[in-house]
Amino acid sequence: MSRLWRFFRTPEAIAGALILALLVAMAVAAPLIFPGDPQAIAGPALLPPFQDWSLPLGTDRLGRDVTAELFHGARTSLAVGLAAAAAALFIGAVVGTLAGFAGGLVDEVLMRVTDAFQTVPSFLLALAFVSIVGPSLGVVVGAIALGAWTGPARVARAEVLSIRERDYVAGARVIGMYPLEIAFREVLPNALPPVLALSSVIVAAAILTEAALSFLGLGDPNRVTWGGMIAEGRAVLRTAPFLSIVPGIALVLTVLGVYLAGEGVVESSAVRRSLS
Amino acid sequence: MTRALTLLRRRLVGSIFVLLIVVIGSFLLLEAAPGDAVDAYIVATGGDPGMIELLRHRWGLDQSELTRLANYLWALLHLDLGQSVAFSRPIREIILERLPTTLILMGSATALSFGLGSALGIYAGARPGSFRDRSLSIGSLALYAVPGFWLGLVLIVVFAVDLRWLPIGGIETIASAKTGLARAADIATHLVLPVSALGFIYLALYLRIMRAGMAEAWRQDFVLAARARGLRRRRIVLAHVARNALLPLVTMLGLQSAQMLGGSVVIESVFAVPGLGRLAQEAVAGRDTPLLLGIILVSAVLVIVINLLVDLAYAFLDPRVGASEAGA
Repeated sequence: MSRLWRFFRTPEAIAGALILALLVAMAVAAPLIFPGDPQAIAGPALLPPFQDWSLPLGTDRLGRDVTAELFHGARTSLAVGLAAAAAALFIGAVVGTLAGFAGGLVDEVLMRVTDAFQTVPSFLLALAFVSIVGPSLGVVVGAIALGAWTGPARVARAEVLSIRERDYVAGARVIGMYPLEIAFREVLPNALPPVLALSSVIVAAAILTEAALSFLGLGDPNRVTWGGMIAEGRAVLRTAPFLSIVPGIALVLTVLGVYLAGEGVVESSAVRRSLS
Repeated sequence: MTRALTLLRRRLVGSIFVLLIVVIGSFLLLEAAPGDAVDAYIVATGGDPGMIELLRHRWGLDQSELTRLANYLWALLHLDLGQSVAFSRPIREIILERLPTTLILMGSATALSFGLGSALGIYAGARPGSFRDRSLSIGSLALYAVPGFWLGLVLIVVFAVDLRWLPIGGIETIASAKTGLARAADIATHLVLPVSALGFIYLALYLRIMRAGMAEAWRQDFVLAARARGLRRRRIVLAHVARNALLPLVTMLGLQSAQMLGGSVVIESVFAVPGLGRLAQEAVAGRDTPLLLGIILVSAVLVIVINLLVDLAYAFLDPRVGASEAGA
C-alpha cells in the first residue's frame, strides 16, 4: 500500500500511469468499439478530422477509419513492446547469469558475443533479420529482442559476480546442489531487481524500433501499426499531414508514458532504499 | 603515450575477436537467406538455367559449409565483400560511394546533440531541483520519446512544405552544376533538416547524462572545498562540477555511435539522403542480402573504430585510465 502511495507521489509518475492506463484501455477496447477489420473502407477518402462524428479522426487515402486504426495500432505497439522486452530481459538474464556464474572461458566467450551484438547497430540487425526471415509479428518481436538483450546481460552478469561469493551460495554448494541449479534457483532470482529496472527503457525502445520497422514496410502486413500509418500518410504529406502526425503523437505519448511510469517505479524504490 | 599505446593494443586484440563473431554471424544469416549467389546471378542476368550446376561448382557453393565460411573469410581479408544482386556491382564500391554522406550526417548530428545537449545539461545541472532543471528534464524526456523518422516528417511539413525555407530532401540540388563553396553551401542547406531530426533525439540523452553527472558532482568534497575557498559560483559550476560530469558523456559518444548508425537508416530514408542507411533500405527492398550484410560488417568496423578513438580520447582526458595496465 505505502509502496503504491510512494509511486504516486510525483506528478510525473501519475501522468505516466494515466497514459499507460489509457493505452491499455484502448488496446483492450479496440475489438469491442471497432469490431471487424480496421483496414476495411469506412467512408470517403481523405476526410479531415473533426468533420464527421462517426469518423472523429477522419479517413486515410483509402477511406479507412483513422480512429479505428489508431485503437488497433495500440494493440500491436503494446503487444510487440511488451513481448520483445520480456524476451530481451529473459535472454539477457540467462546469458548474464551463465557468464557471471561460470566465469573463465564461458564468461569470456559469452561476453565477446555480447560485445559483437553491441557493435552491430541493433536497428540494422533487426532490419536484416526481418527481411531474411520474412515479416510477421513473432519475427518482429524476435528481431527487436535480438538487439536489446545485451544491456540486461551486462547488468545481470555484474550482479551475479557479486552474489556468487555470498555465504548462501557457498551453503548451496555444500549441500550438494548442481551448479546450474544454484545459478538459476539461488543466484538468478536475487540478481533480477537491477535487471528489471531496465524494463521501462527496453519497452520504450522496443516500441520505437517496431514503429521504425513498420515505417520502412517491414511490419506484419496483416496488422495495423502506428509506424505503418505514418508511412501511409507520408504519400499525402503535403495535402493531409494529419494522417502522419496523429499516429506519431500516439507513439510519443505512449513512449513518454512508459518512461515516466518507469522513473516513478525507480524513484519509489530509491526512496525505500534510502529509508531502510 | 605508452599508456595510450598499451590501451590501443589491448582493445585491438579484443576487437578482432568481436569482428570475427560478427563475420560468422553474418555468414549464418547469409546461409539462412533463401537462394544463393547463383540464383541471384541467374535472375539478374536472365542466364541459362543449365549453367547453375557449373556456376555453383566454379563459385565453390557446392562445398561444405566450413569451406564456404573459410572462403568467405578469405575474401573479406582481401576486402572483397562480394557482388551486389540489386546493383550488379561490387558491394565494396557501392558502400564506399555512400559512406562519406553518412559520415557527414552522423558527424554533424553528433556535434549538434553533444554540443547543445551538454550545454543545456550544464544549464539544468547548475541548480539541481530548480524549476528550469525540472522543466528541462521533462522536456528532454519528451524529446527522447519522439521517433526520429516522425520528427523528420514534422520538420518537412513545417520547414519545407509550409514555410518553404529548406529543401524537402536529397543531398544537393540535382543538375545545378554548382562547384566549390556554392556546392558546399547547397549540401549544407540540404543537411539542416536530416541533421536536426537525427541530432535532436540524442540531444536529450546527453542532456540527461550531463545533468545526472552534475547532480552527483555537487555532493563531492572538492565542490565543498571550492565553495569554502570562496570561488565564484560560475567558476564552480564550469571548472569543477561540469568538468567532472563531462567524462561519462565522452563514453556515451562511443556507445551511441551504433545507435546513431541505426537511426540514420530511417532518417536517410525519410529525407532521401543517398547514404549508407538508405542503401540498407534499398538492399531490403531489392532482396539483396549480401549487400545488407556488407553494410552490417562495414557498420561494425565503423563502430569499433569510433569506440577506439573514444577510448584514446578518454585516456588523454583522464590520467587514471590504463595507468595500471601500462605499469604491469
